[in-house]
Formats: sequence, structure tokens, C-alpha cells
Amino acid sequence: MKLHYQVDGDNFLVAGEASASLKRTLKQLGIDASIIRKISISMYEAEMNMVIHAYGGVIDVELSADKVAIILKDTGPGIPDIELAMKEGYSTATHEIRELGFGAGMGLPNMKRYSDYLNVYSEVGVGTTVEITVYLT
Amino acid sequence: MTIKELIRSAEFEIVAGEKGMDNEVEGGYVGDLLSFVMAHAKEKDVWVTIQGHINSVAVASLLGLSAIILSEGVAADSEMIKKADEEGIPILRTKLSSFDVVCKVSGVIRT
Repeated sequence: MKLHYQVDGDNFLVAGEASASLKRTLKQLGIDASIIRKISISMYEAEMNMVIHAYGGVIDVELSADKVAIILKDTGPGIPDIELAMKEGYSTATHEIRELGFGAGMGLPNMKRYSDYLNVYSEVGVGTTVEITVYLT
Repeated sequence: MTIKELIRSAEFEIVAGEKGMDNEVEGGYVGDLLSFVMAHAKEKDVWVTIQGHINSVAVASLLGLSAIILSEGVAADSEMIKKADEEGIPILRTKLSSFDVVCKVSGVIRT
């Protein structure tokens, strides 16, 4: 099963809708609650990063018998130093964004912690692609 | 214990999400940084926070939280109320500090 989502940039009113929609689908399919939690957390963090930093983007999800593979693609500013961005507490979010409770510098660390496989490709001025895989068994 | 029972035993005002009044409460989490809440709050927790905006509802809904308690007299904005009504996530409000809310809630749900 393949799913596709469009994510608007800077629109905090609908931010997280793609993650919420995938969660509903997984629930209907009877996927285990602890697995849905892992997917929801890692995808929500990645989706919010797209909204906050990258003017939105597209998300493709492929559901197979043994795993959920999520690819998030944006054409935002890119990440100059991925290793630094992976550090807990490191954030480039603005003051306004932080006041909403984002920008704790835990987005990428949470993706790493709650997914089984995480890959981040980024090129400054071109964009970022995040691949998240969670195994179902 | 349900949210309805929790409200009966503490001074919380319900401002949205009445559809979820029968949600079960098993524990709680306090925090205003959404990534920490995402990482640590558990299904059926009540969440005590000062984040009175729509993104809190998205977090609560993704995690299956039983309610959001807005402390320190913080108000829910209109988008939050609308979304919470749609999702059936109760939003409770109080003038108490986050610390005092936790004391109250833990006194009720642990007895």
C-alpha cells in the first residue's frame, strides 16, 4: 500500500495532519499500538521539521508486510552539518517557534530513537530527504 | 478513572472536547516542549501544559492522550478548541500552577 501526502510550509494549523492520517490508517489495519507509537513520533517530528524549516514538502509512505517506509522530501534550505543537527538540544528554530513548544532540539534525536532505520540526506540550498523505516515485527 | 470523574474531584473547567469525557486516565505527563512530550508521554496520560494552541491537540491525538490540562490560567485559542472538539480530546483549564495540578491529579488517580 502506498500513500502520498502534501505538507504546507509555515501552516501550523494543519501541521501534523499527514502523521495523524497515517496513524488512523495503521490503526484500521490493526497494527500493534507500540509500533504505531514509534511511527507517529518519528513521522510527526520529521513532518514538523518540514513545516518549520523547509516551507513544507511531500511525504511518501510504503506499507508492506514487514515494515513501514516513510520518505519525506523538501526543497528547503538544507542542513549544513547533519552531525550537529543530530545532537540533542541543538536547534535553529526562531524564538516565535520555540514559544509554541517546538525547537527543543529533539526532533532528529527522536526520529533516530523511535525508528529502526533513519537516513538524512541534505544539500544546502537544494533540500533535505529523510528516510524513516519502522519494522512491524 | 475517567476525565469526567477527574473533573468532579478537582477544580478544572472544561473548555473543549466534551466527546472525550469518558476517556480513561492512567497517568500523566507535564511539559511544554512538544518533542519531550512526544518522546515520553504515554497513551491514556493526562498532559499538563501551558501550550494553549492547536499543535498540542495534534500531539495529544497522535499519542492517544486522555486530556490536556492547561495550567497557570492559560486560555485555549479558538483553533485549539475547534480541533479538540473534532478530535474528542478534552481541554481542561485551571488557574493552578502545573505543580499544583500534578499534586491534585495524582492525589485523585492514585487513590
